[in-house]
Amino acid sequence: MADKPIQGEKRVFMTGNEVVAWAALAAQADIMYGYPITPQNEIMHYWTRMAPKFGKRFLQTEDELSAGFTTLGGVLAGRRAFTATAGPGNTLMQEPMSMAEMMRIPSVVVIQQRGGPSTATVIYSQQEVTMTAYGGNGEGFRIVYSTGTHQELFDYTIKAFNTAWKYRFPTFVLGDGYQAKMRESLTIYDPQDKGMEMVKTEAFIGKEPVNGIKEPNHIRNTYNTEEELFDVLAKYMEDYLKIAPEIVEYQEFDCDDADLVVVSHGVVSRAAKGAVQELRSEGYKVGYFRPITLRPFPAEQLRAVADKTKTLLLVESAYGQMAKLVKDAIFGSTVAIENLFKPGVGITSEEVVDKVKGLL
Amino acid sequence: MAKTWKIALAGEGGQGVQSVAEIIAEAANEEGREALYIPNFGVEQRGGVSVAFLQIGDNQIGSPKFQKADIVIALSDRAVRRTRQYVDEKTTFVYDSSIEGIEDDLPKNAGRVLAIPAIEVSKNELHPRVFNIIIMGAVIKSTAVVSEDEAKTAIEKKLGYKFEKNPELRELNFKAIARGMELVEKAQ
Amino acid sequence: MTSIPQMPKSWRLETKPHKFCPGCGHGLVLKALGEAIDELGIQDKVIFGCDIGCSLLAWDFFNVDTVQTHHGRTTPVVTGVKRANPDTICIAYMGDGGGYAIGSQHLVNAAARNERITAILVNNCNYAMTGGQMAPTTLPGMKTETSPYGRDIKEAGYPTQGPEMVAAITRDGSYVARGTIANLKQLKGYFKKALENQMAGNGFSFVEALASCPTNWRTNAKDTWNFVEKEMPKYFKVGEIKNPAEKEGE
Repeated sequence: MADKPIQGEKRVFMTGNEVVAWAALAAQADIMYGYPITPQNEIMHYWTRMAPKFGKRFLQTEDELSAGFTTLGGVLAGRRAFTATAGPGNTLMQEPMSMAEMMRIPSVVVIQQRGGPSTATVIYSQQEVTMTAYGGNGEGFRIVYSTGTHQELFDYTIKAFNTAWKYRFPTFVLGDGYQAKMRESLTIYDPQDKGMEMVKTEAFIGKEPVNGIKEPNHIRNTYNTEEELFDVLAKYMEDYLKIAPEIVEYQEFDCDDADLVVVSHGVVSRAAKGAVQELRSEGYKVGYFRPITLRPFPAEQLRAVADKTKTLLLVESAYGQMAKLVKDAIFGSTVAIENLFKPGVGITSEEVVDKVKGLL
Repeated sequence: MAKTWKIALAGEGGQGVQSVAEIIAEAANEEGREALYIPNFGVEQRGGVSVAFLQIGDNQIGSPKFQKADIVIALSDRAVRRTRQYVDEKTTFVYDSSIEGIEDDLPKNAGRVLAIPAIEVSKNELHPRVFNIIIMGAVIKSTAVVSEDEAKTAIEKKLGYKFEKNPELRELNFKAIARGMELVEKAQ
Repeated sequence: MTSIPQMPKSWRLETKPHKFCPGCGHGLVLKALGEAIDELGIQDKVIFGCDIGCSLLAWDFFNVDTVQTHHGRTTPVVTGVKRANPDTICIAYMGDGGGYAIGSQHLVNAAARNERITAILVNNCNYAMTGGQMAPTTLPGMKTETSPYGRDIKEAGYPTQGPEMVAAITRDGSYVARGTIANLKQLKGYFKKALENQMAGNGFSFVEALASCPTNWRTNAKDTWNFVEKEMPKYFKVGEIKNPAEKEGE
């Protein structure tokens, strides 16, 4: 068996799907369960080539329902298990992930968003925000990281395993088809070399007896009475709200004196960043805000920005899915809201610049 | 090199535009520059026009695709029509001079329009298999995103195992780079 | 020996008497399964997964590690467990709707992949938990809430022959049988063989158990038993369909 997958730090140039496979290896993931769907397929392709060298496993399932539920089985067995999907596969994935919410199963799912609704395109979108953050018949007891660069894809895939196992909520890395397929540079590393410890996993079921005594565990997602369910959910909500401030991540710059702040997430934030920098260099008072966690959402932080500025320009490759999260977060604010929505289509900094100039 | 170069390469499947983009991107990355390459990969990738979007700069690249390119290279009639949308007055639009029936489709708004006989040179002078390397030469001449030497190193890295067995292939490839650069120089 | 009213050791005493309706076949199936677990001495290694539908009522039935899942999804959940921890002995416990309708793709593919798990499917000819709708196993002419004039085979096709299907799509190493609560000793024997097949690492094992549902059948004790003993086996043939152990001995 080979040593650690990554020795020291290494600058590499690869596709995002390859990055995810490397990150899962670096995070000491034990097993991947998956079902083919574009644009996430190469995560499986790289995993199935590399993982066996390090004693890791893979199961190709019959569909995404099965990929999700087998992943939950793997996690219940105490393994760092994960899956990856996109689009219609993400739709099916919501059933197992709602069970993960109900049973606090620390599953990790990587989503590479593609066009929607339905089969739409295999290319790109940011149209799986609502579904990833709040899908299933539940309350959105999940954690969603929206990445924008390959470095983040690597960092947050590793982090997702730790977040999931530390807080016991299903955790998602929300990428997209662009990130999946593009090549750019990043530095990969072994987390332990950087002093990052992987959070220990623990079997829910299938534990060895202790001193010859086996204490069986009974876990369920069904409750008999309304009150019984309410009590469970109230506790989950309390837990979630308590940990949310620890989990929330965001980026902002140039917001203090800004007349307008561009709000975007994921790969679109690259365009927004370039646009804000360019506009600043031309003397426009423009700021940048980007939620990294879409769930929990950096509500307080965005509210503070909304209180300072006159206009928020919401930019996303969807018809307002991030916008819903934003409006919910800043409810009561009198800040003006403008939109640049391009569902299923990439957004360039030129477009953002033009839009801002039209507004200011 | 302060600016970020935006390059769109388009051709028919088999013309090797994706591998050209990838090699150039890797060469730039090797030098410590920021490079981002993304292929179009719609359902149309089977039997459609293949477009490679390549950006190279000194700072982190913004959005993966772009609206207007600094240089567009179109290698078939369909590629010419498909890539007109990436052209503005700052764009150098390069197409193969053997493509027929596109006179009316060439972008009128391009900064420069250059016709290069890459297909002809590859067929009659070098070898059809190095057509994409001629194109690579054309790209690096048009943009100076990587030097000729760096391009050669990248090719060596990619195809070195083939050169081991057949050193003539190396010569052919390096010659193709030089010819590609020349073609652009002459066309200007 | 099974007639004495003694609970299997693997049963969880705190949750007895159990929650199934009077006359329900689940209790008997789980008794046979409990005894099989006892006799094999595998209680500490068993992962018991149960479906939605009446089978979910078994979520705290045994003193074994148990996970209650979604409708039809027990097969993939325990498959995931087994793949991640092959030292466990995994049982997927489901009803006919879960196995043959909503989760049929999981049953088919787990069988095709020869997953080292044991699937146990309780066939009582209807969706019982949801109030007695037509199931894949509802017999021709049988009345249910969604086939009030009787199952019309022209409209609804013929009942699913589950074990026969599983036997047809599996190759070497799989164990397939159909038992009945009318013969608990035999049923227990099938469960034991199915579990032993998994423990030997041979492959997928599948046992369908014919069971009663007087609540939804709206039958009295005599008619219930008559239906289980006489009517169901006419269509669902009881016996071993595939046994790798026997094949080796040939």
